[in-house]
Amino acid sequence: MGLEQAGVPSVALHTHVFARLAQSVARANGMPRTRQAYVPQPIVDLSPDQLRGYIDGTDPISRRPFMQGVIEALTKPLDEDDLKGLTFERSTPRLLDRDTEDNLQQLFISNNWTDFLPIILPTEERVAAMLKGTSHSPDKVVGRLRPTSFREFWELTVEKVAVNAVMAGAKPEYLPVILAHAASGVTARSSSTTSLAMTSVVNGPIRNEIGMSSGIGAMGPYNHANVTIGRAYNLLSVNGQGGSVPGDTYMGTLGNAYNYSATFAEAEERSPWQPFHVQKGFKPSDSTVSIFFGGRYTASGFGPRATWKEKMIRCLTSIDHNQGPLLVMDPIVARLFVDLGFDSKEKLIDWCAENAQMPARDYWDDQWVQTLTHPLAVAGVEPFASKLKAKPEEMVKLFEPEDISIVVAGGETQGAWRMIGGAYRNKATVSVDAWR
Amino acid sequence: MAEKLTVFNPTGYPPKVVGKRLASRPQSLDGKTLYLVDCLFDNSEAFMDQLRRWFAEHLPTVNTRMIKPRESWVDDPDMRAKVAADGDAAILGVGL
Repeated sequence: MGLEQAGVPSVALHTHVFARLAQSVARANGMPRTRQAYVPQPIVDLSPDQLRGYIDGTDPISRRPFMQGVIEALTKPLDEDDLKGLTFERSTPRLLDRDTEDNLQQLFISNNWTDFLPIILPTEERVAAMLKGTSHSPDKVVGRLRPTSFREFWELTVEKVAVNAVMAGAKPEYLPVILAHAASGVTARSSSTTSLAMTSVVNGPIRNEIGMSSGIGAMGPYNHANVTIGRAYNLLSVNGQGGSVPGDTYMGTLGNAYNYSATFAEAEERSPWQPFHVQKGFKPSDSTVSIFFGGRYTASGFGPRATWKEKMIRCLTSIDHNQGPLLVMDPIVARLFVDLGFDSKEKLIDWCAENAQMPARDYWDDQWVQTLTHPLAVAGVEPFASKLKAKPEEMVKLFEPEDISIVVAGGETQGAWRMIGGAYRNKATVSVDAWR
Repeated sequence: MAEKLTVFNPTGYPPKVVGKRLASRPQSLDGKTLYLVDCLFDNSEAFMDQLRRWFAEHLPTVNTRMIKPRESWVDDPDMRAKVAADGDAAILGVGL
């Protein structure tokens, strides 16, 4: 669409499963008549002959010869609607029409405003009570969210966040933590085909003030604050960005269970290491939320045992190469790593970054390394450019230290650790205190 | 009869959409410079290369040029400026 505005007649080619999304993005950008043409899905892993078959074949959406559609898109004279585009405002009334509880519950489901679990209806009384959890004005803008970089940002106010917090079943005292999530600018509901999800970790005094868990079952459905804060983050993302609807604003092919709720507290008091937020420059007395991007994989380990190095390397080299890990370690594991000489998180992270290596050929064959990292390497951006120069059998490092994070949590019933897709990509540690 | 409730709309505030016009079209692509923009998705380069071959076989008077943005998913103003300065039309693919 940027090229059209620069005066260049253009046609965008997509695979057919993205037809609804492509048309909705064009409309939201005021150019609903943007010329689009479609080939079948997939493109990945197809031979040149198969790709040529698409070009010589039929557009699965228009049912006309593909290239006829492409040529016409670039040469057919414009009509009046093409010239003026589409200007409109979308109404989001503050209150819905009065109705019965059953009808309203159904309305929320029909409009894709929920996660399909029962919600608490956000009545005026409940939202007013929720708003007592912050000193900020209901109409203050908290942040802007969008499901992907090619869609428009929508705005969230304190009131809208409170509405979604009520729906999630949260208590008013959790609201500053939920507002901090909204202020991060990181949606919990990316539209990515790869089924992304965010994990968030809470640090500082707020954890204990509102009764969050960093102990037994911290990452599971065993604590009211953990679960409802994580659920509120997802619901406010769904509704605050204008939807997370399959085929339109959500394209994750497999989906992700972390999209229900994935929030927990760090066990700062039982950890031998610095709390995560202190690593990032905050004071121990500050309360923060940190958001980790990804959630596509989970690996599990116990120990460390005698062969921990081999185990760790196997895990690190098996995970997505473009999505750094968040390691969640039970305090038992953290203390045992200290006994092994890793008296700081940074030392263990450096070891992981140094030792997670694989042949350059295998690294570059990863689909997302090829799509996202390869162009940077070609443009000379380090450390990717050096990896691109490596011979196919030459070992290359998968991660830089800043790609790897460690958080301590767990109930010490087992020396367990987990490796979760959790890139600290957006440097997203947000103050909770600013939203009290 | 069930009690009726008043509840909040949970959706955020969308921006106003401002209409934008499409660029004027040429009558034909004969003798024109057509940029084939490889969006950098996996295998899109191979697809765009097949597209280039199609034009060479079927519309050889069209001057096709392959071009790539610096990164996928990120706007590349320099690339856009080059296409606008030197090109008469563009095909972008294969994107989402």
